[in-house]
Amino acid sequence: MYSRLSNVLCGTYFIAIYGFIFLPVAVLVLYSFQDGTLPIPPFNGVTFKWYSEVFADSKLMSALANSIIVAVLSSIIACLLGFCAAYALSRYRLPGSAFQRILITAPMTVSYLIIALGLLVLFNWMGIRLSLWTVGVGHVVINLPLCFAIIYASMGDHQKNIERAARDLGANNFQVMLLITAPMLMPSILAALFLSITFSWDEFIISFLLSRFDVTLPVEIWSLLRSGLNPKTNAIGSLVFLLSVGLLIILELFVFRQRSPK
Amino acid sequence: MSVDSDHSLRKAWYFVTPAIAWTIAFFVIPFAFMVSVSLASRVGRQIVYSWDLDNYINFFSKSYLLKGLFVSLEITFLVTILSTLLAYPLAWIIAERVPKKWQRIALIMAILPFWTSYVVRSYSWLLVLSTDGVINKSLLQIGIISEPLPLSNTTTATVIGFVHFFVMLLTLTIYSNLIQLSPNYKRASADLGANAFQTFWHVILPLTLPGIMVGAFLTFVLCIGDYITPQILGGNNELTLPQIIMMQLGRRADIPTAAALSIILMGVVTVAYLSCLRWLKMERT
Repeated sequence: MYSRLSNVLCGTYFIAIYGFIFLPVAVLVLYSFQDGTLPIPPFNGVTFKWYSEVFADSKLMSALANSIIVAVLSSIIACLLGFCAAYALSRYRLPGSAFQRILITAPMTVSYLIIALGLLVLFNWMGIRLSLWTVGVGHVVINLPLCFAIIYASMGDHQKNIERAARDLGANNFQVMLLITAPMLMPSILAALFLSITFSWDEFIISFLLSRFDVTLPVEIWSLLRSGLNPKTNAIGSLVFLLSVGLLIILELFVFRQRSPK
Repeated sequence: MSVDSDHSLRKAWYFVTPAIAWTIAFFVIPFAFMVSVSLASRVGRQIVYSWDLDNYINFFSKSYLLKGLFVSLEITFLVTILSTLLAYPLAWIIAERVPKKWQRIALIMAILPFWTSYVVRSYSWLLVLSTDGVINKSLLQIGIISEPLPLSNTTTATVIGFVHFFVMLLTLTIYSNLIQLSPNYKRASADLGANAFQTFWHVILPLTLPGIMVGAFLTFVLCIGDYITPQILGGNNELTLPQIIMMQLGRRADIPTAAALSIILMGVVTVAYLSCLRWLKMERT
């Protein structure tokens, strides 16, 4: 069907672009094992020294813990608020519901820098000290529209009949939401949750501007960069990559796989 | 429809209110604050509300501020075009030439580095592009160049870092568009006598154009607002607008100017959105 020339061309392009995509990651991981003080060629041999330095670095480790706490907590709050709003707006005819939908999804259209700056001005004015809490507030702001949009989009009419059946059988509104709607929508709720966690985990600018002493991992890595090229930065970078890929595999196996047979 | 009695409607308000309240408290109000601060000015370390447009007038009268916008726009347009041109063939190859059961894994592999931390990804490119980095060392070794190329701390490095990120994003969006197309289009086109290229050019490409526009718009928005990539890879030579905004915040503690510049940045994005609206709307039909 396709000529040999086009097969060769496609194959070459495919390999070249994958090479481009993986080049920086490969270099990052390779030189995290560098037996030397600089993560640049020539490669001197394998050592795990930099990884043990990463684990011995209390600032990095507390930043890691901070990142996980902020990501998980802010994502749970965003998901909860998003789910409740999506449930109410798709199941009831509330006055001004179109406007409410626009309002909730509005932060999605604004860059993180502007959200961070706005919160910074507000917190300054109110005299609220910057901490992990203020970072968490910012992360809920960016993830709430995402969670709402994902969950709202999956609330279809076919679930309405099941909910009505549950109501006929005597369940109250709260029971319907908790025992019928939430389990039926679990794949999209989990997708929203994990996506929020990865966004919050990776977020830099809000964390940078809204934190002071306790920082998240991207901010701590950022301050490591001031010391220039360093195999230790490679090591923490590789670990972050590993963690993110792990999260992605969980997402793929437990969340998206379940939806694909439909 | 569900029973919309007054009672259950009130319950519905309970459910929707927390999200609305959060959005108003931590998005709408801060935004209003930022707009009002952009109309103030900095006197010493104090913010004085003078309610004038000085910060905006400054933007157009001080050339280094205006230049930041042009640098940002230049980089963003270049990145959007390059990324689309590189991503489309890859998405097409995955959708058309890779066997069905391998497509998902090929796609996941293509966007795997997407999930590295944003800061780490830019740092990785610094490793590759720096004067002693992999590319320069390899080229010197082979003997193609005798002096290391000045790759890092240039706008070129910023563009490379951005293109790397957005090729992955666009491959994902374009692939999902290609895969949704019914094979009947191709069959019909072939039945009517079109060759493979004609089918692609006159049928497949126009049908995926809305998807491309959505991806390109996303690229534009994310690229023009990004601070990390130009800061790590571009250095301080040609400052982009977000870099200048962060400089106002950090070194000069000038929140009013930073706020005004951010609103200008938002205005640029809005203009881009309005000019893409025609294509963005097409997707819904």
